[in-house]
Amino acid sequence: MNYFPDEVVEHVFDFVTSHKDRNAISLVCKSWYKIERYSRQKVFIGNCYATNPERLLRRFPCLKSLTLKGKPHFADFNLVPHEWGGFVLPWIEALARSRVGLEELRLKRMVVTDESLELLSRSFVNFKSLVLVSCEGFTTDGLASIAANCRHLRDLDLQENEIDDHRGQWLSCFPDTCTTLVTLNFACLEGETNLVALERLVARSPNLKSLKLNRAVPLDALARLMSCAPQMVDLGVGSYENDPDSESYLKLQAAIKKCTLLRSLSGFLEAAPHCLSAFHPICHNLTSLNLSYAAEIHGSHLIKLIQHCKKLQRLWILDSIGDKGLEVVASTCKELQELRVFPSDLLGGGNTAVTEEGLVAISAGCPKLHSILYFCQQMTNAALVTVAKNCPNFIRFRLCILEPNKPDHVTSQPLDEGFGAIVKACKSLRRLSLSGLLTDQVFLYIGMYANQLEMLSIAFAGDTDKGMLYVLNGCKKMKKLEIRDSPFGDTALLADVSKYETMRSLWMSSCEVTLSGCKGLAEKAPWLNVEIINETDNNRMEENGHEGRQKVDKLYLYRTVVGTRMDAPPFVWIL
Amino acid sequence: MDEFINLKETELRLGLPGTENVCEEKETVSCCNNSNKRALPSGSENETESSTRKTETSPPRKAQIVGWPPVRSYRIKNNIQTKKNETDHEVQGSYVKVSMDGAPYLRKIDPSCYKGYSELLKALEVMFKFSVGEYFEREGYKGSDFVPTYEDKDGDWMLVGDVPWEMFLCTCKRLRIMKGSEAKGLGCGV
Repeated sequence: MNYFPDEVVEHVFDFVTSHKDRNAISLVCKSWYKIERYSRQKVFIGNCYATNPERLLRRFPCLKSLTLKGKPHFADFNLVPHEWGGFVLPWIEALARSRVGLEELRLKRMVVTDESLELLSRSFVNFKSLVLVSCEGFTTDGLASIAANCRHLRDLDLQENEIDDHRGQWLSCFPDTCTTLVTLNFACLEGETNLVALERLVARSPNLKSLKLNRAVPLDALARLMSCAPQMVDLGVGSYENDPDSESYLKLQAAIKKCTLLRSLSGFLEAAPHCLSAFHPICHNLTSLNLSYAAEIHGSHLIKLIQHCKKLQRLWILDSIGDKGLEVVASTCKELQELRVFPSDLLGGGNTAVTEEGLVAISAGCPKLHSILYFCQQMTNAALVTVAKNCPNFIRFRLCILEPNKPDHVTSQPLDEGFGAIVKACKSLRRLSLSGLLTDQVFLYIGMYANQLEMLSIAFAGDTDKGMLYVLNGCKKMKKLEIRDSPFGDTALLADVSKYETMRSLWMSSCEVTLSGCKGLAEKAPWLNVEIINETDNNRMEENGHEGRQKVDKLYLYRTVVGTRMDAPPFVWIL
Repeated sequence: MDEFINLKETELRLGLPGTENVCEEKETVSCCNNSNKRALPSGSENETESSTRKTETSPPRKAQIVGWPPVRSYRIKNNIQTKKNETDHEVQGSYVKVSMDGAPYLRKIDPSCYKGYSELLKALEVMFKFSVGEYFEREGYKGSDFVPTYEDKDGDWMLVGDVPWEMFLCTCKRLRIMKGSEAKGLGCGV
């Protein structure tokens, strides 16, 4: 390849799009590194504190698309305090100053402000695509800036963000000349929606393929929207309460029948169950169905809907579907690849909604299944062994037994053997979440067999440091390890410091690591940021003395090329 | 803290003998970490309060562990909101804030304690020392500078008295007694 001119090599690289592959290419030789960096358009940064905007821009001056992730995963479950970090403003400021031609920004678990959105909207003439997932810190005023100033906006995709809804007129801020929208997702907005502005916007967006509405959009508005956008591929229904004999319902039925391109359905945030049947005519085309927010739709209606969905590849549902419902899924959805079953009763009502039987049925009926997230009340080793045999192709296996430390409910044994069977059979397993009663043995299995494992979530598991050591020593591809409430301490933490250079991050909360252990680690590894998150008071930790033997409540460490971050709040102590 | 002690005493456990102590310790540590929970936006304060109230009066549940089960807070919020809408008519004792324009601080009342609008308004009159005037279906309240309004679950400010009492109980999120020129706009049957 060295005998070809650079332009030819670059042209070849254009066919390589995955960031992992491009990273690999850049390591081959200096000349490839140089060619690759000038031609790289999409950059993915899995931890925003691993580098900084200056280094990003120095290396990739022609960048067009940036993906950034901020807070650690356990922030989703309120384990990371609100002001921890992950601010996007410095990134946008730096990108704006450099005049790079940014077209796409995708953020996950970051703090976004109206100021950042305003700056973003004004700084990049060709800005096309904004995707915000689980972010917070902004209001509908920020959305108004994006709507008003981004002339070529194609995607505005807001997934599960905490947005302060000022009930302003952000939808009317899209100028009449804006006709380029392809994706509009505002399902997470809590307030009222200007229906007139929305209808006009949809009517003048012939390329609109994905529309996800919030609660405030009622049935009759939905009917009108669908009739002026029959090209819809992906629809998120907001409110769905109405009388099945009403005129709006009939209009909706007619509009739905015209949407022959519809492949993905979600939402039903407030839904009256008997109206679901309006969607039956297009169900046979659906490949993706997300009913996990439809808490009011009961099992029988869900089952009736799913019976029509023979081509379903992705299903997100609540456990109110029950084991019987999952059996229907197993016999109907032969193309199913991804299943997520969420708990419907979080206040601990103790309804045995789904059990190991549902999981086994799915594994037996759906040969293409590769990703599962399953919340359930109980599990057995036998069931897991069967699942492993039926589905050796799992890439993601996340099982959450709602009660911590719960053993096999038939044999009262730990679930080591069950999970062991999973990791042994599923040679491509990349992500695993454990639950139930587990000893060090399960970690021995994981270390031995889970060669491709990149992300492991551990809670209330294990007996001694050996457990964590098995994992650190065995899983060569480990990137993200997150542990809570497990008896792993300094010995495991300090055994192989160089391991953390090969990983993106490690989270340990309510474990046995001590302050002196963490200090020791920080000393040995200056290329790591070792953060102690202690809301009670960091100063008290030091004052208490005990020669650093007191336990650290939350530890978050990650590799970085730019040293200690400057924006940490007072309760975060970076060693 | 007292609430936590009571819950633990009446707790039903299914763990293996011998594992109990370990669980207890871990749960105590996790339970005390309340500072993790960030304040939900004000709109959902009432929802959280009423769901907590539900758990207190129903049979003793397991002590809640922070961040468990691992469900995104966004999803939990939606779940609670939907469940509240579902069981609104069952919920007893959901307090709402009452503000009066010009008053230095707010009060809280439980509208479901009253049998109807007249009782509610009389209670408010006593609480804030004012009088509402007479209610007319078309023109609203006449004969007073004060107009009782409430915020419904869509976030809109509505005149108290228009909808049936049961519906009002379900949709009322907070009360506000408007005064003066702002009130006139509502009271004049616009």
